[in-house]
Amino acid sequence: MPALFLLIPLLGVIIINLPGRKIGNRMAVWAALAVAIIQIGMAVTSGSMVWQGLAQVVSLPFGASLQIDLFTAVVLATTGLIAAMSLILDKNAENPRSLYFGSLVLVTMMGMNGVVMVRDIFSLYVFLEITAVASFVLISINKERDPLEGAFKYFVMSAVATVLILAAIAILLLTVGSVGFKAVADNLSAGGVSPQVIVALILFIAGLSIKAGLIPFHAWLPDAYSSAPPAVSMLLAGIITKVTGVYTIMRLITDVFSISSIMKTAFMVLGAVSIVIGALAAMRQDDFKRMLAYSSISQVGYIILSAGLGTPLGFAAALLHFFNHATFKSLLFVNAAAVESRSGTRQMSRLGGLASKMPITGGTSVVGFLSTAGVPPLSGFWSKLLIVIALWQAGAYFYAVVAVLASILTLAYFLIMQRRVFFGKLREGLESIREAGAAAVVPSLILAGITVLVGLLFPLVLLLMQSQGLI
Amino acid sequence: MLDSSMNVWMVILLSLLLLSAVFAVMIRDLLKAAIALAAVSVVLTVIMFLLGSPLAAVFELSVCAGLITAIFISAISLTKPGTQEELAAKRRLRLKRFIYLPILLVLIGVGLWLAWPSLKLDIAAVGTGAGLSVQQVLWDARSLDILGQIIIILAGVFGVVVLFRGRKAR
Repeated sequence: MPALFLLIPLLGVIIINLPGRKIGNRMAVWAALAVAIIQIGMAVTSGSMVWQGLAQVVSLPFGASLQIDLFTAVVLATTGLIAAMSLILDKNAENPRSLYFGSLVLVTMMGMNGVVMVRDIFSLYVFLEITAVASFVLISINKERDPLEGAFKYFVMSAVATVLILAAIAILLLTVGSVGFKAVADNLSAGGVSPQVIVALILFIAGLSIKAGLIPFHAWLPDAYSSAPPAVSMLLAGIITKVTGVYTIMRLITDVFSISSIMKTAFMVLGAVSIVIGALAAMRQDDFKRMLAYSSISQVGYIILSAGLGTPLGFAAALLHFFNHATFKSLLFVNAAAVESRSGTRQMSRLGGLASKMPITGGTSVVGFLSTAGVPPLSGFWSKLLIVIALWQAGAYFYAVVAVLASILTLAYFLIMQRRVFFGKLREGLESIREAGAAAVVPSLILAGITVLVGLLFPLVLLLMQSQGLI
Repeated sequence: MLDSSMNVWMVILLSLLLLSAVFAVMIRDLLKAAIALAAVSVVLTVIMFLLGSPLAAVFELSVCAGLITAIFISAISLTKPGTQEELAAKRRLRLKRFIYLPILLVLIGVGLWLAWPSLKLDIAAVGTGAGLSVQQVLWDARSLDILGQIIIILAGVFGVVVLFRGRKAR
């Protein structure tokens, strides 16, 4: 079954490119949307008997090298969800390049699906590259100046990350003689940690931190996020950097490098610094999307802080925050796109009072920012609560305090944003503004609905996590 | 382990490699930079050959030194050279920007030199894939990576189509 997560999108790309550009432009986004929805369904049911039964009847290629566990399934479902929302959002503006957009979203999906399913560091690298190459093109798809600049920065930083990761893989291959997760992990636990392995580890983590946009490796991220077309920045912030950076770090520290105390400290410092500096930088932004970009750095910091703790509860909390952040940050990016498409600007100093004219966008954005700031009963509250509890239980009191205090910073910058964009007096020149079209409203309602439901039904989520042995 | 005469060759070749790489980065003329990059590939080819992997050497030579250099040179031939003032301004900027590069390189070199005995980085390669033919490695052991390669090429094709076609469609 895992191979289907690669083969179905591949089939999708081929199908939408066959009929030629005119028809392709019209149907590409819908076909890609169908693939994304199929992916959500397959990921959610991936643990069921049906697939196990099917696997005994039909044997697909790559069965041995691709695997799905709970962590993978959650990320696969999130990928499908965010890709679907991004594809709907693309319909918000007339896009003459829908064919390419749809195809490239499918290619990034293939890349990300590969990244989460492989159990081999070299294949991991191959699929990271697929995702990166498709993202460069997606950012600069309209060939405008700023996006090209953002894509170029991303390209250069990503090339640096690639060199670091490849060097790490080479060193591991030389010392261990294998690139499979299990073989490397076995060798490391048998042979002890040699200096070469530490060098490889540092290189690997540095490379992945660039991909995740952790401070101090974040230089490319605000430019790429804010300059990309709306649907693309949502995809980037919501899922791409999370899969390529955060997921891979979490996977490697659980499956390959058993976490040592030095690494623990390193991750927790990286996470805490990202949380605080990201939040402080977000406060100073005037550009709506740039603020969201810095906020993403800060929230990714929470995930890394919690995962770096190395305890089961810390990992579960990180996984939950991974999903929650993907939904509510995508929600805020959809709303930013809606505001930009209606008012023509992203500068918050030129906006104001939009809530009366755009009630749905204004309302859902309140849901999004309250959830980001960790206000009950929304989904973000629960994952942050779990993170703080995990930190406290492990005796990391200082980090727990940082996590709580940074929530106040988060609330502060989002209140500033909300006041400047949606509340207050309507700015002159914005009287004729209308609610955004269905293509922006539908994803924002779906994502806000998920944020509220995961929050309200959290006891069920907790039961599910317990039944899966996560906590 | 490599014998001592081989070691001497390696040191010479690796210094050459580094030299042409620095040259490729620092040189002002794009054409010469492309050629310096090709020189990097050629030296690397020799190193790979001496280390006993002729196949990797052939790929390196044909793709990196041959194909990529040809693409670079044809792209450069489409550009027009800058004026003297532009070049002078660029040169000043470059000096300012890259002045730290040689210092950094020397520092890293000294650091590695000092740390060498404790790092024990002269690793005798643990024979991965030794005894397997190329077909077996590519199609049996690493077939997933071949699929990955195909998808990367697909992404690259879309990249070329999106970025280089329909210039007027801005």
